[in-house]
Amino acid sequence: MSEPNAVVRVSGIHKTFRVSGGVTTALAGIDLEINQGEFVSLIGPSGCGKSTLLRLIGDLTQPSAGSVIVNGKPADRARRDRDYGIVFQAPVLFDWRTVEENVRLPLELLGMSRSKREERSREMLALVELADFARHYPYQLSGGMQQRVSIARALALEPAILLMDEPFGALDEMTRERMNSEVLRIWEKTGTTVVFVTHSIPEAVFLSSRVVVMSARPGRITRVIEIDVARPRTFETREDRRYFERITDVREALRGHSGEDPTGLDRAAAEGVT
Amino acid sequence: MRWPGRWQDTLLRYLPAVAVFVAVLAAWELAGSSTVLPRPSAIGSALVENWSSGRWPLFEAARNTLTEALIGLGLGTMLGVLTGAAVARWATARDAVLPIAIAANAVPIIAFAPIMNLWFGATNPLSKAAIAAVLVFFPIFINVVRGLSAVDPAAIELMRAFAASEGAILRKVRIPTALPYFLTGLKVSTTLCLIGAIVGEYFGGASDVIGRVVVQSASALRWDVTWAAILFGAVAGIALYLVVVGIERVVIPWHASVRGEEAR
Repeated sequence: MSEPNAVVRVSGIHKTFRVSGGVTTALAGIDLEINQGEFVSLIGPSGCGKSTLLRLIGDLTQPSAGSVIVNGKPADRARRDRDYGIVFQAPVLFDWRTVEENVRLPLELLGMSRSKREERSREMLALVELADFARHYPYQLSGGMQQRVSIARALALEPAILLMDEPFGALDEMTRERMNSEVLRIWEKTGTTVVFVTHSIPEAVFLSSRVVVMSARPGRITRVIEIDVARPRTFETREDRRYFERITDVREALRGHSGEDPTGLDRAAAEGVT
Repeated sequence: MRWPGRWQDTLLRYLPAVAVFVAVLAAWELAGSSTVLPRPSAIGSALVENWSSGRWPLFEAARNTLTEALIGLGLGTMLGVLTGAAVARWATARDAVLPIAIAANAVPIIAFAPIMNLWFGATNPLSKAAIAAVLVFFPIFINVVRGLSAVDPAAIELMRAFAASEGAILRKVRIPTALPYFLTGLKVSTTLCLIGAIVGEYFGGASDVIGRVVVQSASALRWDVTWAAILFGAVAGIALYLVVVGIERVVIPWHASVRGEEAR
């Protein structure tokens, strides 16, 4: 049932890690397709392998078995073609570069001309509404602003796919909600495909077109929930009945699995999810 | 009421240090004697008398010693950076070099001064520069290794996601990360290279250097000259240190250590 316009096609992924005293299975039998322009969140308890799955898609780690196809080519090829933008939980800005120089980093690596780099970094900073801070150093910005710089940097190459690994996990609730609206605005404007890892159910539901619910030990996909909440999603969305229903769906999907788990270990893990 | 401006801030900040310094000088002037502890005024006039003439031309001596120290600083820094970079880059180099370097650092390097005199010749400035170089090597080496290893793994991962080459990662991430560490090592080294040169001179060699002036004026009981020579050494050390602080301000203005000084 392959969609013709799948940007990401993950099939039969297994991932094991060698640890002291044996081997742990991080991911077991993962199949997932993500289409052009989708916003897909991966959610699940700690240890369910959601970050590992994201890193597999981005070719930052390799599967033990199975394949990852991005833009119709193997993930390592896609990475070398610079099809990815990536945002981590920490902004990972370089202290010695100003805001605009940080945004230009991937453009320099691509060998883009200086004038083009300057033009592009200006556009990107305007997109994340930080044009006035172009000449500032990262230490002069708040955490939320730093993360916006890192988003601008990730989008500078107009990547086919934007990978975000708990990008707002370190921010306070208010900033986080503001950043959520921000990211949606940027997504709607750029049309980039987004894969978003999060611990937060409301965040996943608010942002996504689909939420992929995962369970731990071993990490697998238990349910994929379509989020049919109307767009554009605004402040009012957070009070929408359907929004709450989908939140309940995701929460039950996260719990649901523990019903089959006689040890109750997964329930404990699932409750770690906020 | 008016808030103090920047100029007044600076003045207020240094006022306690200046006051203590002046008080110590005053007490010294009162308590001093001509033998055990020459008065600051006596040291001052010895300094003026022997600036570039007399038996101990101090300025010449300071210039020669500083030259030795700087050659040592240059050599030691070069060796430290090269070995440090190799150790940070290749695990085999680390296993081979690191234990030896740590053991070598425990050796009192100064004790080798007579041997350096034998190797390079006592009157050859290189015999003093060599001691300075060995002293400088270790802090540079260790700081370069630490700096090159202090890179945020997420930064490397980010560069990989952008398909950056190893060379680009070195230029754009590893070297800028290592710079503040290197400069810290360099600051420590400015004092060490002078210590190396002057102590090396104690073990013999040409007489127109700070170390020889200290030894000879002391044996001639001209303690005022001895103190004046020490003062020259101190000023040279402070000047070298300030040069590196200046370099820091230009090269790593974004770093917390530099920022902190401006914000305080």
